[in-house]
Parts: sequence; structure tokens; C-alpha cells
Amino acid sequence: MSTSVTYARTIPAVRSRSASGVVRLALIGAAVLYIGFFLLLPLAAVFVQAFEKGVKAYLAAVSEKETLSAIRLTLLACAIAVPLNLLFGLAASWAITKFNFRGKNLLITLVDLPLAVSPVVSGLIYVLVFGLHGWFGKWLDDHDVRIIFAVPGIVLATVFVTFPFIARELIPFMQSQGKEEEEAAAVLGANGWKIFFKITLPNIKWSLLYGVILASSRAVGEFGAVSVVSGHIRGQTNTLPLHVEILYNEYNFMAAFAAASLLTLLAVITLIAKKIVEWKTEKQIATSEAEEYV
Amino acid sequence: MSIQVRNISKRYGSFEAVKNVSLEVKEGELVALLGPSGSGKTTLLRIIAGLEQPDSGTILLNDQDATAHSAAKRRVGFVFQHYALFRHMNVSENIAFGLNVQPRGARLAKSEIKDRVLQLLQLVQLESLAKRYPTQLSGGQRQRVALARALAVQPSVLLLDEPFGALDAKVRKDLRRWLRRLHDEIHVTSVLVTHDQEEALEVADRVAIMNAGQVEQVGSPEEVYDRPATPFVFDFLGNVNLFHGRVESGRANLGPLEVTAPDNAAQWNGPAFGYVRPHDLEITRQSQDSQATIEARVTQISAAGPRTKVELKRSDNGSLIEAEITKARYQELALCAGDLVFVKPLSIRLFAGSPPA
Repeated sequence: MSTSVTYARTIPAVRSRSASGVVRLALIGAAVLYIGFFLLLPLAAVFVQAFEKGVKAYLAAVSEKETLSAIRLTLLACAIAVPLNLLFGLAASWAITKFNFRGKNLLITLVDLPLAVSPVVSGLIYVLVFGLHGWFGKWLDDHDVRIIFAVPGIVLATVFVTFPFIARELIPFMQSQGKEEEEAAAVLGANGWKIFFKITLPNIKWSLLYGVILASSRAVGEFGAVSVVSGHIRGQTNTLPLHVEILYNEYNFMAAFAAASLLTLLAVITLIAKKIVEWKTEKQIATSEAEEYV
Repeated sequence: MSIQVRNISKRYGSFEAVKNVSLEVKEGELVALLGPSGSGKTTLLRIIAGLEQPDSGTILLNDQDATAHSAAKRRVGFVFQHYALFRHMNVSENIAFGLNVQPRGARLAKSEIKDRVLQLLQLVQLESLAKRYPTQLSGGQRQRVALARALAVQPSVLLLDEPFGALDAKVRKDLRRWLRRLHDEIHVTSVLVTHDQEEALEVADRVAIMNAGQVEQVGSPEEVYDRPATPFVFDFLGNVNLFHGRVESGRANLGPLEVTAPDNAAQWNGPAFGYVRPHDLEITRQSQDSQATIEARVTQISAAGPRTKVELKRSDNGSLIEAEITKARYQELALCAGDLVFVKPLSIRLFAGSPPA
């Protein structure tokens, strides 16, 4: 089988060399131009704009009180949403891949729901439920609990939009690993906790970390859902993406881009981390596949 | 420890994997569950291990009802077809796992665990590979690690699910002889699942042949091979030639052949069929007795190996016959493709009804 695959791959390659290198060059050139124009140029523009008035002005803009408060809120939402979804994602994937139960398919579908719904709608859902005129609005108001236009609402919206990332990363990976190792551990006398911590977790750790990175970057960058429930109170309910928008709308371009550069920087770091973890996961998959064919 | 399987049934949706199966494995015995894929043998093994729950029936381990016990509590060793080694642990850690996860009170001291692992490494002849990871081992080595890991907790029962199924023919043969020797040494009650009749007949003390969720026959390898109880067993344990016919008043007519029906067949009176193993067919140049021979034409000869396989086409109905003769006989006959010869069954096994599809 492997020979037929290599043939299928080598024959077109040989042909293209003889056909024309021009086509290849043109295609590569087009791709480079496209990426440069749509990805690299805007990325560079963010930093150029941010440093337009020099490093000092940049640092001043970044360390402004309201910007710092926005950073703090963004990190807080991320720090609550990601661990919650980590727990949920682990539990859901474990249940879905290692056990059979009624409603399993429904659960898989529900996990995907936040990806299918527009973020604005997910924000609105919480306004409808917890807002002053929502289902629990009256009761919450009577007990002096504020969710909408306050920090809890922002956390809730962030939890909702980052809900699928970890579970979706883990489910296919855990499915591909099967449950034989867990069964072997069970027969050898390990209880549920020991099976999870000594067998399952070490096997999925890279995949899990990958999911955490994806969820974190979404949590930090989320705009739509958070915007609906935030109320845009400066210094109180503004996350970093919302803060960028406000500054921009006030024609404070330099400060807006300075804040935006922080988000961009975070994205670049995420990308690098993602790449490292991807590489580690691939290595793990490669070894586990090699295991199957010996 | 003995195993008793009593009236076990298990279905997956509309598929009945195991149908009311009962089986007994005596202390220290090695029993093979033999059958084609989908016959329910692996399901039955997993039920004995506690990895699946039966829909009905009971499992007795050492005469104690263990049906409700978890896999962990049954103290069985289980060897998986694809080894199921812990990929992030090296060979020693894999073997020690079962000892390390025992509850605090029952756990051995660290030094004792180390000693036990060393003993097991010696037993499976892998001392030099103790620090290797599963991916760095060959299939045969992995299976021996899996076996050592299962034996580490000193199980009272060893269950093996197609343990050699994923290995190539040569390694497979070596490993199954080694398993037999190991069993003779440590005498742990064992159940081996396999679809390879040669493996089952060679290794096991007794063989249980399964088909479509039921046990067709249980017996010693010799017993099931020489006296198959059902057409399925006869067919599954080797190649067969099929002869259609009828039984009437104690005589069976299978085409041109006329055979005396067995004693219990007096009341059959109806369609019947006979099975003949290829090595129970004699080929002659001349017909001595038209009622005991079939005229056929040689279509193919394969003379490689100690015995010669001859494929023939019956002159009367065109169906194919496979015969196996000794090399000496083949040379004596000087057979060539296209020759017209006579085939005489030396031993024929009659069954009433129609043959299984």
C-alpha cells in the first residue's frame, strides 16, 4: 500500500518540474503577495501606528489607568472561563469517549452550539435571562445582584464563547486513542481516579494544552458577546478589545493602536505556543501510530 | 482458580453477541475459545474479565459468584490483542503498574516491587529492555511485556484476547510454544481467545468452538478434531469436501457413492450430506467399485511441501474436490492435469439436513 501512495505523490511532482517552473513561481508569488497584503501588512500597521509618537508615548498609553483596568478585566475573565471550560471539557470528553450512554450524540451537538451561534446572539441570551427585564432580572435586582453590565456578565459571556474549544480538541484525540489502556489499568486494579491521573491525563496532556491555548486566545480576544453584556463602563466593565474600540471611536488612534498592539502581541505569543504544542502532539500521534503498525 | 460460565447472554442493540453460553474451566487448565470473527468469543472473555456486563447469567470464579464484581476486584490478568501497553511508561513501569496502584495497605514495599518486576522481566526474557518505551519494541516483545504486566499482580486467572493475532506467522509460532511452556511452569488457569484453529489445537488443553454466539462443542484438541459434533466444527477445523445426497432406510446415497448410514440415522430418511477431509480421499487410476468411487478429472496439482494437493472436477456434476496425497503416492500415480481418475473417500462423516451456508 505504501508503494502506491509514494507513486501517487511522486509522479505529479516529476511532471511539474518538466512542465514549467514558471507556473510554480507564479503560484508561490501570488500566495506570498496575498499573505503579505492581507496578513502581514495590517499586523505591521498596528505596531507602526502604536509607536507613531515614540516609545515613551506608547508606554504612557499602555500604562494609562483605564487601559490597565481593561487588561485586568480581560485576564480575569480569561482566568475564570478557561479553567471552568477545562474541567467541563475534560469531563465531557472523558464521558463521550470512554463510556456509552443515552443522549451522547445530543451532548456532542450541544458542545458545538457556541460555535454555530453568532457571538452577539450569545451575549443577548444572557441579557434576556439576567437583564433587568429578563427572566431572573426582577429577582436579581431585588437581591441586589448585578450580572448584566457588570463583571459576572462578562465572565459568563466569555465562558459561553470558549465553551467548545477544549472539548472539541480532546474528543477526536481521545477517540483515536481508544479505551484499551484504561481497560488494562482497570483490570490491573486501578480505580477511576488512578486511571484518569496515571493513564488518561498523561496521554492527552498536549492535546489538552492545545485546547487551553485556543480557548485562552478566544477568551482574550472576544468582542461581540462581551460587548452586548458589558455596558462599556470605562474602568469597570471594559475588556481590552472593547477598550480599543472606544479609544478608536474617540479618534485617539495612537492609544487605540497601542492597546491593539497588546492584543496582537498576545496573539503572536499564542501562535508560537500553539505551534510548539502542535509539534509535540504530532510527535505523540506519530509514535502512537508507529505503535499500531509494528 | 476455576471459572464457571453459566447461561451468559449479551446483546448489543439487535445483535445477539452471546446466546445462553455455559462453560467450565478447571483449575490450572488452558482452554481456547475458538471461532470465526463475530462468534462472540471476545465478548465472552470480556464478560469473564468484568470489562462487559452480561444481560443475564452468572460468572463464578472459584465457585464464588463474581458477576457483580468490578474488573479490578476479580483479580484476573488480561492480555489485549493490541497489547494496550501504557505508552508513556517504560517496560519496567508498565509491569509495575498493577503493583503500584494497589491500595496503600495491600501494596508491596518499593524494593519488593522492584524485585518482582525483575523476576518477571527474566520470565519473559526482556531484562535488557527494561528502560525501553513501548514504541521502541517489536510486536512480539510488546506482547511479552503485556503478559508480564498481567502476571505481575499474580492473577488467579489469565485471559488472553487473540494475543498473537497481530504478529507475523513465525513470531506467532514461537510465542505460542513459549506460552504453552510458561503455562506448564506456572499453571495459572487460562482462557485464550483465537480464530486460528492451529493455534487453539496446539496450545490448549481443551478447545471450545464458538459459532454465532453459542458454544458448538467443547473437548480436547484430539476429540474435537477427530469427532466433530456438528457440521460447523467439522468445517471450521480444517478443509472439507462436501457431498450432497439423501438417506433412506439406513443407506446414504451421495451421488454415485453409497454409504451405510450411522446407527442413529435409521430414522433420518431425507436430505443429508457428507463431509470428507482432503487427506481422507484416495486417488486411483482404475475404478474397483463403482459404488465407492467418484470419477473426476485433475484440474490442478500443487506439489510444494510434504503433501501434494490435487484439485479435481467431478465428472457427474462438475463440482470441485480437493484431495491431499503423499508425495510418494503422487509420484507413483504420475498425475498430470487433465487426467481422468477415480476418487475414493476413506472416511466420510454424515449429517442430516442441508449443509450450513
